Amino acid sequence: MEATIEVAGLHKRFGPALALDGMSFVVRPGKVTGFVGPNGAGKSTTMRVILGLDAPDAGRALVSGQPYARLRHPLSHIGALLDASALQPGRTARNHLLWLAHSQGLTARRVDEVIEQAGLMPAARRKAGGYSLGMRQRLGIAAAMLGDPPILMLDEPFNGLDPEGIVWMRGFLRALAGEGRAILVSSHLMSELQDTADHLVVVGRGRVIADTGVAELIAAASGDRVTVRTRARAEAMTALTHGGATVAATDRDTLTIAGLPAEQVVALLTEAGVAFSEVAAHRATLEEAYMEMTREAVEFRAQSVEEATP
Amino acid sequence: MTTIAPYRAPQRAGRDGFWQLVHAEWTKFRTVRGWLVAVVLAVVLIDVLGLFLVDVGTNQCNGPCVPAVPTGPGGEAVLDSFYFVHQSLSADGSLTVRVTSLTGKYQPQGGPIGPHTTRGLTRFVVPWAKAGIIIDQSTKQGSAYAAMMVTGQHGVRMQYNYTGDIAGLPGRVSPSSPRWLRLTRSGDTITGYDSADGSHWTKVGTVRLAGLPAAVQAGLFATSPVYFQGNFPSYAQSGGGTSPSTATGVFDHVSLRGGPATGTWSGQFTGANARLDSMPGVGFQHADGRFTITGTGDIAPIVGGGANVNFVTGTIADHLVAVIFGLVVLVVIGAMFVTAEYRRGMMRVTLAASPRRGRVLAAKSVVIGLVCFVLGLPAAAIAVIVGAMISRNHGVYVLPVSWLTELQVIVGIAALLAVAGVLAVAVGTILRRSVLAVATVIAVFVLPYILGDTSVVAPDVSEWMFRVTPIAAFAVQQSVPAYPQVMGQYGPPEYFALPPWAGLLVLCGYAAVALTVACSLLRTRDA
Repeated sequence: MEATIEVAGLHKRFGPALALDGMSFVVRPGKVTGFVGPNGAGKSTTMRVILGLDAPDAGRALVSGQPYARLRHPLSHIGALLDASALQPGRTARNHLLWLAHSQGLTARRVDEVIEQAGLMPAARRKAGGYSLGMRQRLGIAAAMLGDPPILMLDEPFNGLDPEGIVWMRGFLRALAGEGRAILVSSHLMSELQDTADHLVVVGRGRVIADTGVAELIAAASGDRVTVRTRARAEAMTALTHGGATVAATDRDTLTIAGLPAEQVVALLTEAGVAFSEVAAHRATLEEAYMEMTREAVEFRAQSVEEATP
Repeated sequence: MTTIAPYRAPQRAGRDGFWQLVHAEWTKFRTVRGWLVAVVLAVVLIDVLGLFLVDVGTNQCNGPCVPAVPTGPGGEAVLDSFYFVHQSLSADGSLTVRVTSLTGKYQPQGGPIGPHTTRGLTRFVVPWAKAGIIIDQSTKQGSAYAAMMVTGQHGVRMQYNYTGDIAGLPGRVSPSSPRWLRLTRSGDTITGYDSADGSHWTKVGTVRLAGLPAAVQAGLFATSPVYFQGNFPSYAQSGGGTSPSTATGVFDHVSLRGGPATGTWSGQFTGANARLDSMPGVGFQHADGRFTITGTGDIAPIVGGGANVNFVTGTIADHLVAVIFGLVVLVVIGAMFVTAEYRRGMMRVTLAASPRRGRVLAAKSVVIGLVCFVLGLPAAAIAVIVGAMISRNHGVYVLPVSWLTELQVIVGIAALLAVAGVLAVAVGTILRRSVLAVATVIAVFVLPYILGDTSVVAPDVSEWMFRVTPIAAFAVQQSVPAYPQVMGQYGPPEYFALPPWAGLLVLCGYAAVALTVACSLLRTRDA
């Protein structure tokens, strides 16, 4: 059975609030899938449904092809970190992992392994109540790793991490995906997933807005634009416009050119005798790509609000 | 693009059976120091409060505090005090009499009276005043016997070996409505008969007095127990007291058949420890085949409360009074074992680790139940065994019980604590919030316990509390039986309306219902 998470047509209502409105996606092995969307988009609810904690009103969620409730020793199928603060403050980190291990028939040896893996070694015998959020995230990661599962599902694991912790987390997730595990990581900040996610499931208001590879998304957002860095901005603009390009000044010495490939830009500037220090293909950040993509959704929302207002 | 092979765990996944879950819950429990401290404190409370801070009453006595109390053939403490007019019978035979009158006197004001007291004595036959015939193994205290008698208000009875009681003809005896009584002996088997006219006899009962010797004492007796004034059984709160009494029986048509009998009747007061063995008039007259015998005391088991004896009695359960305090601490921990997880969101981690939610509830119940039982067992054992020693040192006569009864009380208390803990786990699961759950479990036990105190409410309210609420399980404390044929102070904490097992079953019923509701909610609710 392939290690996947499949979510199909989830609907869930909490009183008057519609939390999930047809959420559907698949998380595949060997990749880090980013689960992105603003707060309240339904990410955490979806994850709770996947773990069988919340029952959906409609739709289903499968882990490696089975409903969660049917999994034997579930922690060896999927490791999850939903809420890093979900622990008894008076219990030490090691004992927290120990009871989880015992529930799966695992031993204290495995506990010590994941403590080392998560970098908790020096603090493992301290009470978890005294942990910083970053330390709790590491403890949560250790708990998720207990069963050595082929699937990991982490809700906002970057929260509260210091820069060093963020670098560690990125490397850790990349390494796990490199081992062929399926990783689902949620975040409300796209920038956190830069250089980490291979695939993105972008959600808003309980449904999927985009389900795409990160490379394609950035390419689409970057377009075929070229960035030119030059002191002679005015001359360069003239030369390139005459050559048929659309030119935008993006900074004091930077131009973004659309409609011409880089080779032709170089040829035109050389021909006109304009000095330049750099010509490069423009590369959008993940954040830009995300903003571009969600703009439509935001506009749609603004429009509906206007319509609704008499 | 390179394809990455899906991950295969190098190690085999562990098992996830029920005992793994119990192991996990036990690990959870033992790794929170506050909980461990609290449960140990709970059982320390049971013993420290129960043994040292509870006044069991001190005997106000001169000389040796605890007299030598006889025990009957069944091992129970007995009163064996009556006026006995007897002769020896050393073969099979029968004894027949006609009783024409049973009268009595008692002292309504209570208080001490001596052999010459006459003032304040009122003519009154107490309900269990007795006059009749008896075949006694010997005149030794606590010896085996069988007797036929008329009583003050309970008609003709056949009684034997202190605890046995069989009803015969109803109604009161009077010269116009006499009662004929007969005992026949065949080896060690005694049969009792009664009759209203001396010619039509009805068998009341047959008893075998194991090991009855050839020579026994057969004769006539009269005795009359201490009477409870006030509105029994609430006399304790009405400020009433106990009154000594005497009974006088008039007999004729006395016939002792079979032999060889000694032929002459001799009278003696037999027994000790009765509240009054020196009441006025005790003795017998014999003229023209007519015997008039006045006696006081009782031939009956000694019951709790010590009302029918002149020394303070206690039971092995007297030092279990603090069990309720320990129980409160334990049920609070039991409820919090669940609600703490809800408060922190840890229940989601628990249920993700074990999606079969009913098992989670079961595992938590097993852990709390076992913790309470294992800690409750030594706590109860100490309170019972050391408590009885302390009582004796205070001059209290602790009613003797068999080791099985002692075990029943000790194991019963441990079971009570265990089931209460399980009930608390279920309530915690249902309510999810600590404050609410803790308040509920405390109220469920403490409110009925307060309402079960007869100094607070009427006795029948108290009885219902110990019948239908979770505290019915405290019936496991009852170590000595109540006897309908003995007036006594039958109420908690010595006596309960339900038998021990039934009381425990009531609590189990509550726990089962709560667990069922908790299980169904846990399964259907979003975690």
